[in-house]
Amino acid sequence: MNLKKKRRVGESIIHGFLLLSSVLSIFITVGIIIELGTESMLFFTRKQWESTNKAIIQDIEIGSTEFFVSESGATIKEGDLIRLSDEEMRVVEVRNGLLIVKRGARDTKPVFHANGSAIEKANQVTLLEFFGKTDWNPQIGRFGIWALVNATLMTSLIALVVALPIGLSVAIFLSEYASHRFRSVLKPILEVLAGIPTVVYGYFALTFMTPLLQSILGKNVVAIYNTASAGIVIGILIIPLVSSMSEDALSAVPNSLREAAYGLGATKFETALQVVVPAAFSGIAAAFIVATSRAIGETMIVAIAAGAGPNFTFNPFEAAETMTGHIVRISGGDLSYNSLDYNSIFAIGLLLFIMTLSLNVISQKIVKKFREVYQ
Amino acid sequence: MSVTPGKAISVSAAEKHEYSAEAEKLSRRHFVGKIWQVIFATSTLVGIVALATLLLNIINSAFGYVAIENKIQPEQLAINGVPIERMPKEDLVIVLGNHVSAGLMRRLESEMPWEDRSKEDVYSLVLERVVEPKPVAQWSLYESLFKVDEIRQEMLERYTEADLIFKSWISPRFITSPQSSNAFNAGVRTAILGSLWTISIAIIFAFPIGVGSAIYLQEYAKDNFINRIIQTNINNLAGVPSIIYGILGLALFVRLLGPVTSGAVFGYGDPTVANGRTILSAGLTLGLLILPLIIINAQEAIKAVPDSLRQASYGIGATRWQTVWNHVLPSALPGILTGTILAISRAIGETAPLVVVGASTFITFDPDGPFSKFTTLPIQIYQWTARPQDVFRNIAAGAIIVLLLMLLSMNAIAVLLRNRYSRRI
Repeated sequence: MNLKKKRRVGESIIHGFLLLSSVLSIFITVGIIIELGTESMLFFTRKQWESTNKAIIQDIEIGSTEFFVSESGATIKEGDLIRLSDEEMRVVEVRNGLLIVKRGARDTKPVFHANGSAIEKANQVTLLEFFGKTDWNPQIGRFGIWALVNATLMTSLIALVVALPIGLSVAIFLSEYASHRFRSVLKPILEVLAGIPTVVYGYFALTFMTPLLQSILGKNVVAIYNTASAGIVIGILIIPLVSSMSEDALSAVPNSLREAAYGLGATKFETALQVVVPAAFSGIAAAFIVATSRAIGETMIVAIAAGAGPNFTFNPFEAAETMTGHIVRISGGDLSYNSLDYNSIFAIGLLLFIMTLSLNVISQKIVKKFREVYQ
Repeated sequence: MSVTPGKAISVSAAEKHEYSAEAEKLSRRHFVGKIWQVIFATSTLVGIVALATLLLNIINSAFGYVAIENKIQPEQLAINGVPIERMPKEDLVIVLGNHVSAGLMRRLESEMPWEDRSKEDVYSLVLERVVEPKPVAQWSLYESLFKVDEIRQEMLERYTEADLIFKSWISPRFITSPQSSNAFNAGVRTAILGSLWTISIAIIFAFPIGVGSAIYLQEYAKDNFINRIIQTNINNLAGVPSIIYGILGLALFVRLLGPVTSGAVFGYGDPTVANGRTILSAGLTLGLLILPLIIINAQEAIKAVPDSLRQASYGIGATRWQTVWNHVLPSALPGILTGTILAISRAIGETAPLVVVGASTFITFDPDGPFSKFTTLPIQIYQWTARPQDVFRNIAAGAIIVLLLMLLSMNAIAVLLRNRYSRRI
């Protein structure tokens, strides 16, 4: 009898397909990183031509490397890249209105320029400007990411202030106080809350939360679009996330710990707060961090309710556009590839990806490191 | 304190004082505990109240009184005393021809000849193009129920030309009409079809790959470095904001694979779609988005299948794949299906990635295949909500109710499937 293992081609093919499917997820991540990375690189290296309101005040021959320019307009420094019609030049030296240049920079062809031709200057978004400036206005070449990051942090902070205490309270109530029957009614309600599409929450923020805030604080204080109402509604959105993750952590704490605390004469509240919550700390911390990452990445609520237009402000009742809101707004229009706008969404996206990914990784690390193993 | 048998326990005054202090402390501790219990319960109530407010707010906007001004009163359109509601089709065409430009008549005729159109179709064209009802003011359900007098007063003062009707913004007509720039005629038909198309493509793409990946990770993968990386990677992908998937979809499907996703490679190209902003791109983007969710849910379901089943199968000489196909998968199927449906209901509500991928905001024709332009229900809600005119908030509320009903039925199907299959096993 032949007991040797038969070769099964079909099984190998199936095995290959299964392996391929699971490797696909790696490709997705790699794809995200490559796309975001390369397009962001383009964002930081792309030259953007901007008028200097200066013109040359003499004819320039093909061979000439010096010429006088008008005094008005923006300053031109050594090392700047300038452009006259299609020819680019690198400025070597500036001397009282006289420019000494290297002609035909970046493989452009030196040509004759007539008196009065306008000079354009190359502008490039530097990392320093990106992370150092607070105004974002692509039309005039301002790309300071803090205007957008600040709005994102504001909405997220407001959301966390709403969601963390309430979510944790709900979790403690469900796991420590509520009867089994009550829990079986309440958990599906919270799940429904978590399953509602975010665009519906956006509608809620704009048509309910903002008017509510306006009626409490006055219409002159609260703008129609504001980060406060968007933040509060994001908070409501992530309450179920915080409560269900925290409740899982609290329920995992073995009953023996609670019984020991009761045995020492602790009240129910003291047991919950001083024994159960500390024992479930890692799970609760992970829930908080995941909630933060969710709040930062939340898009439709801020796109609808927080306002359209970057605005660096610390006033939560003013309109301010967040990172995600900005991406949605400019990609919603007719976006042409090879424009700075197109590249900029990748730069913002990369930053967003890094922020949320690192939060998620930290939360996994916390769970792994501080997980108490109860036998 | 020593206790001597047969003698009463004497308690000194100091000890008595200590006891009452202890008792007071204890009652204070219980009191604090009670207060916190109330706080916890109130927080829980906040969640329920939030959900209730959300739903009531939507219902409040979806019904209510509307003041409508007609461009031409329907009574003026009557021919020989026959009102337009009872007119034959031919007369309705004449009415239409009398009031709209010849160019529009030719365009309507070229869209579909008059002989092929139904009476209802022509009638609604007359309403839309000739009568042109325009809402000038609208009130919420709450106001319509409790402040009728004030509404009538306002009608008399400000909208003397208008008729007041009670309108349910969600109606069969709303669901079956295509998009329109007039809020009164607008419907969600195109959006619903767009949603169904994109979701179908997402499932066709993500379900086999997701389940395959879960099977590999649970049944085949050894616990080595690469497989651990795959697992961690999937967990991280599930936490990536959906808008990032939109950016990936824009770069990958719309731009890089544009010739494929616009259908140009297959010789099928919608002339109105010059780029890859099609249903196919949107579906694939959503597919990428729900893939990690499907994998994780399917893994949980497969994990729950008891090992004894596998061992029994191996014991009678089955190969690994035979074991998986004949024993593990059938047992895990209800769990896998439930997880998949939950992932789909997430995808139905996704808006941001589709805005980035390039959903069209205004299309009035039904999508006719994977290569046509698209809009979806959440996109429609977003567009209507973002408009400054209040009346679009009302139709947005109507569309939200349609979306929520779709989600509810998806979840009901999930529960039914789970119950049906779990009984068989």
